[in-house]
Amino acid sequence: MRASERPLGAVPGWIAALLAVSMLAQVAWRASGPLDARAAEDLPPVPSVAALQLASLGEPDALARLAMVWLLAFDARGDNALPYQRLDYGRLVRWLSAILALDPRSEFPLFAASRVYAENPDPAKMRAMLEFIHAQFAGDPNRRWPALAHAALLAKHRLHAELQRLVTDPSVPLWAKQMQVFILEDMNELEAARIVLGGMLAAGRIRDPEERRFLQERLDALEARLQVERKPLKR
Amino acid sequence: MPTSPRPPFVVARYAVIEALRGGLPWVALACIVAVSALAFFLARVAISEGAALQASVAASLLRSFAVFILAMHVVASTAREAADKGLDLALALPVSRPSYYLGKLLGFSAAAVLLAIVFALPLLVLAKPADVAAWTLSLALEATLVAAAALLFASALTHTLAALAASLAFYLLARAMATVQAIASGPLASETVAGDAARQIVDLLALLLPRLDAATRSDWLVYGAPAPGDTFLVLAGMAVYTALLAAAGLFDFSRRNL
Repeated sequence: MRASERPLGAVPGWIAALLAVSMLAQVAWRASGPLDARAAEDLPPVPSVAALQLASLGEPDALARLAMVWLLAFDARGDNALPYQRLDYGRLVRWLSAILALDPRSEFPLFAASRVYAENPDPAKMRAMLEFIHAQFAGDPNRRWPALAHAALLAKHRLHAELQRLVTDPSVPLWAKQMQVFILEDMNELEAARIVLGGMLAAGRIRDPEERRFLQERLDALEARLQVERKPLKR
Repeated sequence: MPTSPRPPFVVARYAVIEALRGGLPWVALACIVAVSALAFFLARVAISEGAALQASVAASLLRSFAVFILAMHVVASTAREAADKGLDLALALPVSRPSYYLGKLLGFSAAAVLLAIVFALPLLVLAKPADVAAWTLSLALEATLVAAAALLFASALTHTLAALAASLAFYLLARAMATVQAIASGPLASETVAGDAARQIVDLLALLLPRLDAATRSDWLVYGAPAPGDTFLVLAGMAVYTALLAAAGLFDFSRRNL
């Protein structure tokens, strides 16, 4: 006990009881309340770049990065079992564009666009993200090529999948059917991803340890998925 | 024979008089003028959703200003009273410590409610009255909670700067905690032992903080206030936490050797 404190007995009993009860009530209240599980469609409208610059108070690069962290966390909260996939991609693209305009030298928006948002099973959403990456590539090709390289890889695989799924007409000419085979021969998603990732690592392109860890995790997940897909073929 | 008012109400009355006769009304007026000017400017430069942008920016700024100036007022008032020996004088009168502390809290809470009402007035031209009413009620409770936190810190910490910093840090943490939790438990979070420990600490800390991110949201003015049941849950959560802060303050104040 410090000299500036009176003994505990000096505190009236009702105050100690009130403190205990209110503390219990607070913990129970918070423990029972769910996290804010907002729907993905709740992504708010995008402010103008001028408004974002005003809000950055002269630190646009810091705000751009914070905005990216917020955007990535937006759909990953609460009980949402399908992060990213249900987002309104129109708004998402506008958010990414605005953040990129806020700090054009940041690679974060295009990294997220190619590695996270473009890997959406919904073809329309994937296409919207690939178009966004392609459109932004021209703004700074020397800095933005990794995103376009990955986007090209994704687009190629999606073309294969759509050919397989959609082309069922027996009157389709032979060369078009054979094209599927050529694409299939040429295509090994895991190897292609390894080449791109290995090339980037060898060139010293990925210096950020978190980015390296993230890419490695994606590669591991891809490997596991392909192993599962190959198992029935071995029988 | 007319009965004299109870001591907490006398102390509360003087706390309100101090707030009204000090600089608080003028600072509040300056905030309203500055926010109105900014909203007017934004409406001129917005290419879309001009009214929504005005309401959203004005409400979020007024909310932050209300909290900031109220915390400043409570900390400054408590520090000045301690420096002037006004506290010693008050406790020499037949006023118990809990009565005095509760009276102060009541007075600052009244100032918080008045501030919330005044700050809501300019928003009536930007949003529906029912949505503004929900926003005002929430701001009044949020500001009361902040006043209780500032009084606790100003009373427990003797330095003005430390008390103010603690009050604002507590507020910012409470506002950001849900986002911190979401980021910590998201699919991009690290799956290491350190990452898991950090998540546990964040979850534990969240239990001890109020959900201020869910309160007084500017999107209530843009997209409409939540259902009454949801609004009640938000308000009740803040009321529970204000009671906790009051109890902690009373406990600390009763133990101090003055």
